[in-house]
Amino acid sequence: MNALPATRREPPEEANYLSAHTLRSWLLTTDHKRIGLLFLFGIIGYFLIGTAAAALVRLDLVTPQGDLLSAEMYNRMFTLHGVVMVWFFLIPSIPSVLGNFVLPLMIGARDVAFPRLNLLSWYLFMIGGGVTLYAILAGGVDTGWTFYTPYSTTYANPQVVTMVAGIFINGFSSILTGLNFIITTHKLRAPGLTWFRLPLFVWTLYATALILVLATPVLAMLLLLVAVERFWGIGVFDPAQGGDPILFQHLFWFYSHPAVYIMILPGMGVVSELVTCFARKRLFGYPFVAGASVAIAVLGFLVWGHHMFVSGQSIYSGFVFSLLSYMVAIPSAIKVFNWTATLYKGSISFETPMLYAIGFIGLFTAGGLTGLMLAATAVDVHVSDTYFVVAHFHYIMVGGMVLAFMGGLHYWWPKITGRMYPDLAGRLAAVVTFIGFNLTFFPQFVMGYLGMPRRYHSYPEEFQFYHILSTAGASILGVGYLLPVVYFLWSLKRGKRAPANPWDARGLEWTVASPPPTHNFHDIPEGIRPPYDYPTPATPPFTSPS
Amino acid sequence: MNDPGTRSGGGAEGMEPLHSHFASREQQREATTLGMWLFLATEILFFGALFLAYAYVRWSFPAVVQQASRHLELVMGTINTGVLLTSSFAMAVGVLFAEQGRHRAAAKALAATALMGVAFLMIKGSEYAAVIHEGFLPGFTANLEPVSRPGGGYAGLLSEGGGPVPGQEELFFWLYFVMTGIHAIHVAIGVGMLTLLAWWMRKPHPASRASLNTVRNAGLYWHFVDLVWVFLFPLLYLAGHRFQP
Repeated sequence: MNALPATRREPPEEANYLSAHTLRSWLLTTDHKRIGLLFLFGIIGYFLIGTAAAALVRLDLVTPQGDLLSAEMYNRMFTLHGVVMVWFFLIPSIPSVLGNFVLPLMIGARDVAFPRLNLLSWYLFMIGGGVTLYAILAGGVDTGWTFYTPYSTTYANPQVVTMVAGIFINGFSSILTGLNFIITTHKLRAPGLTWFRLPLFVWTLYATALILVLATPVLAMLLLLVAVERFWGIGVFDPAQGGDPILFQHLFWFYSHPAVYIMILPGMGVVSELVTCFARKRLFGYPFVAGASVAIAVLGFLVWGHHMFVSGQSIYSGFVFSLLSYMVAIPSAIKVFNWTATLYKGSISFETPMLYAIGFIGLFTAGGLTGLMLAATAVDVHVSDTYFVVAHFHYIMVGGMVLAFMGGLHYWWPKITGRMYPDLAGRLAAVVTFIGFNLTFFPQFVMGYLGMPRRYHSYPEEFQFYHILSTAGASILGVGYLLPVVYFLWSLKRGKRAPANPWDARGLEWTVASPPPTHNFHDIPEGIRPPYDYPTPATPPFTSPS
Repeated sequence: MNDPGTRSGGGAEGMEPLHSHFASREQQREATTLGMWLFLATEILFFGALFLAYAYVRWSFPAVVQQASRHLELVMGTINTGVLLTSSFAMAVGVLFAEQGRHRAAAKALAATALMGVAFLMIKGSEYAAVIHEGFLPGFTANLEPVSRPGGGYAGLLSEGGGPVPGQEELFFWLYFVMTGIHAIHVAIGVGMLTLLAWWMRKPHPASRASLNTVRNAGLYWHFVDLVWVFLFPLLYLAGHRFQP
């Protein structure tokens, strides 16, 4: 080979970001695409752990007396499920995996603004996760993912501090990712790519990043205070010394309610991409959908009190928080209506990502409407801490975010790996997931409304029917999760080679090769077109039905 | 292939290495500066939770807070405020020198800033020692033995006499230690950063020298830490003192 003249070498487009194979090239990479994949490996691991805990919980609930687990173990399992799924799967899922991979490609940049901080973010995520897992192995935590005081600071077992430390470390991962996304979006857009030409995924990532950056520090300080109180035996949340446990709840939900929007906004962005691509139509009402993302992020900071309607907070704050919570429905509904209007008269095709997107729209709507019921103080008092609440937020987090994540992963899989997956298997998995999900969580609405409280290890026999339905659904849902693992792995070796733009989609990420070259763009793209520049079918002139 | 990482050029102030994913030094500068401002925004929220906790304690037990506040070392706290404000002046001077290209002078100013940071931490430490010596470390006696709490748990809730329950005074000192402690950690990080920067500023070769933009961003951080203290000082030390004309 050395004898050949330099001009006869392989053409440079053969080299892509996956070309280097050493471990070092992965662990010390600053390439946003590789870091996205590192996050993918991380969250798959945590997702398996969280799923295993959920499976144990669901199996235990098949019988009213809970035969599989002891009551203590049951408490640890639902805590584990909540903590791992919220902080180590949902929050990093779309932003850190898909966002990391796609954001610079979408805006015509070579990387995020701070690549080394991006890598640090992954290490903090893994270390935080490791510390959390250690807390589980060292004895487990049974406080629930909310760590309410004074239980967590006074009575629960000491692993609380370890687990809180893990989440604290992970919080800085969130902050660094959010910081990176905001600066990247502000400063690294290709020339001519104005804000209202950005794909909506970028808008939602930006809104998500705002929440990550502004809410996570409050959680970090809160967890620090819990740990200090635990060590010191005195603290501001301890009522024995004049402290106030409700202060903990205020601070916790000041983070955790916006965090709920971290767990849905990026999903909305993905769905906006999918709906336009597979309806072959411009997004209906683009500026409104973009504005709605920011509106959700802003309003999300003003509604935390709706988690505390029964905490004894003043009825006037309850009233205001209830009203503000209703207002979140406005931007959310704007999005749903605009996706639906985009589908109207589109040339719709039902590839796998589109099936997930349509599932998302339906399930998110169901989750959102039950959220409105919960925002009404009177209804909330009735169903507070019941399975109705559990079903509601799983419709948002699983029916919304997980489906959007799966849809996005299928959509960008050819770009990420350069391989196509078998579409038929993908469609099957999407349908199985949808059915399994509904069978798992719809009965929980019913039993919650009938009075089944959440987090209970044993229950009256009248609820057993619903619990069995739910557990059966969970096993179907498990199959829906397992199928993609199988055919994705298969596709890595056997899948058809993906062209640069397999979906004939718009957006800068589809203008580079699959998988993309290391530096994304040899030349920074110019002449940016409007977003979602799909050929809009000629609409017939409106004629009145006279 | 044109490797963008090897591009050279740049204005008078920018000899910092251009990272390959930026199109120009100007873009790189703007990105890092905006990044620092955003980081400071997260810091405000970080301290914000503490200020909320303070507001709760102050609002619930105003008399206790005023009484407890008088036990803090007002003189030391005032001197420390002076030290930190002066250090911010030195920091600003350092940035000015760096802008003028007087690197040795800038290095000296940064070193002076770091030294004043160290002085702040030393005064803070002796102040902690004094407060602990007087027996105000929450949960401990003056001999650093844990306070025994007979009845434990919610015993404190039962005494509804109206007078201050002992724990409430501890709550103020707890806040004092946590708030100033977290602030001191920030000062310590700043001292480390400024020491490094002062070292780098002395490097003869422009490429290995700390860039103006880095100095400016370090300055933003240092002024922020200073500013937090400007709020902590009156809230903690002056809460018990009333201006008497």
